[in-house]
Amino acid sequence: MNTNRRSLLKFAGLAVLGWSVKPALTVFAAGGAGPREAILFASRHGAPTGEKALKAGRWAMVIDTSKMTPEIQKKCIEVCHKTHNVPSIPTKQEIKWLWTAQFSDVFAEQSHPYLEKLTKRPTLTLCNHCDNPPCVRVCPTKATFQREDGIVMMDFHRCIGCRYCMAACPYGSRSFNFQDPRPFIENIDMEFPTRTKGVVEKCEFCAERLAEGHLPACVEVSEGAMAFGDLDDPGSDVRKLLGARYSIRRKPELGTEPCVYYLI
Amino acid sequence: MLEKALTGGKIYWGWLSLLLVLMAVGGLCYWQQLTQGLTITGMSRDVSWGFYIAQFTFLVGVAASAVMLVIPKYLHHYQKFGKILILGEFNAVAMVILCLLFIVADLGSPQRLMNVILHPTPNSILFWDMVVLNGYLFINILVGWVTLQAERKEVAPPNWIKFFIYLSIPWAVSIHTVTAFLYAGLPGRGYWLTAVLAARFLASAFAAGPAFLILVTYIAKIFTKFDPGKDVLAVLGKTVVYAMSVNIFLFLCEVFTVTYSQIPSHMAHLQYLFFGYHGHGVLVPWMWTAMIMGLSGILILLVPKNRKSDNMLIIGCILVFIGAWIDKGLGMIGGGFVPNPLHEVTEYVPTALELGVSLGIYATGFLVLTVMYKVAIGVKQEVEA
Ligand code: SF4
Ligand code: SF4
Ligand code: SF4
Repeated sequence: MNTNRRSLLKFAGLAVLGWSVKPALTVFAAGGAGPREAILFASRHGAPTGEKALKAGRWAMVIDTSKMTPEIQKKCIEVCHKTHNVPSIPTKQEIKWLWTAQFSDVFAEQSHPYLEKLTKRPTLTLCNHCDNPPCVRVCPTKATFQREDGIVMMDFHRCIGCRYCMAACPYGSRSFNFQDPRPFIENIDMEFPTRTKGVVEKCEFCAERLAEGHLPACVEVSEGAMAFGDLDDPGSDVRKLLGARYSIRRKPELGTEPCVYYLI
Repeated sequence: MLEKALTGGKIYWGWLSLLLVLMAVGGLCYWQQLTQGLTITGMSRDVSWGFYIAQFTFLVGVAASAVMLVIPKYLHHYQKFGKILILGEFNAVAMVILCLLFIVADLGSPQRLMNVILHPTPNSILFWDMVVLNGYLFINILVGWVTLQAERKEVAPPNWIKFFIYLSIPWAVSIHTVTAFLYAGLPGRGYWLTAVLAARFLASAFAAGPAFLILVTYIAKIFTKFDPGKDVLAVLGKTVVYAMSVNIFLFLCEVFTVTYSQIPSHMAHLQYLFFGYHGHGVLVPWMWTAMIMGLSGILILLVPKNRKSDNMLIIGCILVFIGAWIDKGLGMIGGGFVPNPLHEVTEYVPTALELGVSLGIYATGFLVLTVMYKVAIGVKQEVEA
């Protein structure tokens, strides 16, 4: 869509009908850096610009399913849940940021019964930080928003707990705090906030670590089975991997443009 | 006019006291929810909306049905509907209040409710739902009150109110359309991802709403001497049966598209609802009950003679109403979430506390409804006397 048509659409107010309003809506949206927010539309916020911060045009994750073992997966999940104070609640009201599911369920549309080795394999799943995220589109308070570098973030203090984003996410990536999570956290990490009851949460691509110059915690402990980098940079690890190997994404037919890629 | 609500017999006060007790029970349950969180409900990570949102979805329809009186009266000058028009409008007021209460009850952080207004987000359908629901509430209070006042003074309603009366027609359509859009625009939820959802919602609303009105009018008839006349209710019964037939037809269109195309992610939900999926099927008996009730309601009301008979009309309306309630108040939301995006089945059954909160909310709505009907019927009888 060219810029003229886009601004025409915007002018006509058609975006309010729920189309993606992701492109910089400079008329209504305060673009650029800083946490300023659009008056009306969900906007793209800038990412932190600190000196140490890792920066990217479009962050993405690549998971190499051939290198990924159950042990590594376990380590990744543990480190993610520990650093982010994710409670272990043993009921169906659980909270999960990073978890595993059977390959044939994660990629139902892309597997068949004769992929015998693959279909039963546990596969890591997490928020895909979609480029065209339905969760951002539906949120009535902009508590879920997208940064200019693509990370889909949440403002826990803004969220009203309507759970519309959970209905909208076609990957089941979000969890809701049905109750106070603190009693279910073994050792609270003071470096990261805990959540309160009544808000939604999910993986945030370790935005707090990127701001300090570190890669995501799961990537760091993945023994090379995961890569993280800038899709806009042809020389980045992720681009090199995606150029060299065959990769798939979850439910590509929905047009959400997931930014977590799985190497086969 | 409100003073009319302050005089009444034993039954009236007894009913109000009962409602107040139920409201207190609901309040206690809601207190539990406020302190412990939505963990007191049967909802889960996979089924993140439950009974509350389902009731809201259903009741929006009952509220929208007021247009089924406004259209004949104002667009086709069918004067006989004038007698119960006010009941339709006050019914809409009570139902929208119920909807709003159910939405608030469903919020995880209700103390932040105002964020929806402080940070208006037009790309969210929920924002528009808030706008149209509150607008509809306002329109119906205004129209109801002004026309009733005019009736009391035995003068014609002021001309400016016509604007709001006509406005209420598209507005009623909008509340249920926007509510359907809450669901119909979500990727990856096969059961909801269909363009006929809004049409289906409206059809079932125009069946369930008038059916409810007929039943309430009969109740009013028993306790007061108010009688709108047989033909009025029989005509309304015709609306019920046509709308319900359209509803079932649209549903069958859905079934055809889903089952003939054989797309698994769309089929799984219907399978779960009507036959069970991977051994899970709490809703199966409910869905078949809804189907049978809806169809037998249609069969009964299709016969003109039955619509003229009090008993048959009542039975038909009860069947249609409960059928529509199960379909939307249980199946629509539960069936949309099961199976989840990873094809896992987590079933949902509301808990006692959740039902307690809902009971309290319903009691509140019925309290509003009773008081408003008391006023409206009181005025009508005063004028007649
Ligand atoms: S995976 Fe789900 S939660 Fe994450 S960005 Fe996409 S839609 Fe939103
Ligand atoms: S639950 Fe919170 S983040 Fe999700 S849509 Fe509602 S307000 Fe937005
Ligand atoms: S990127 Fe960070 S938050 Fe997301 S799954 Fe990995 S460790 Fe957890």
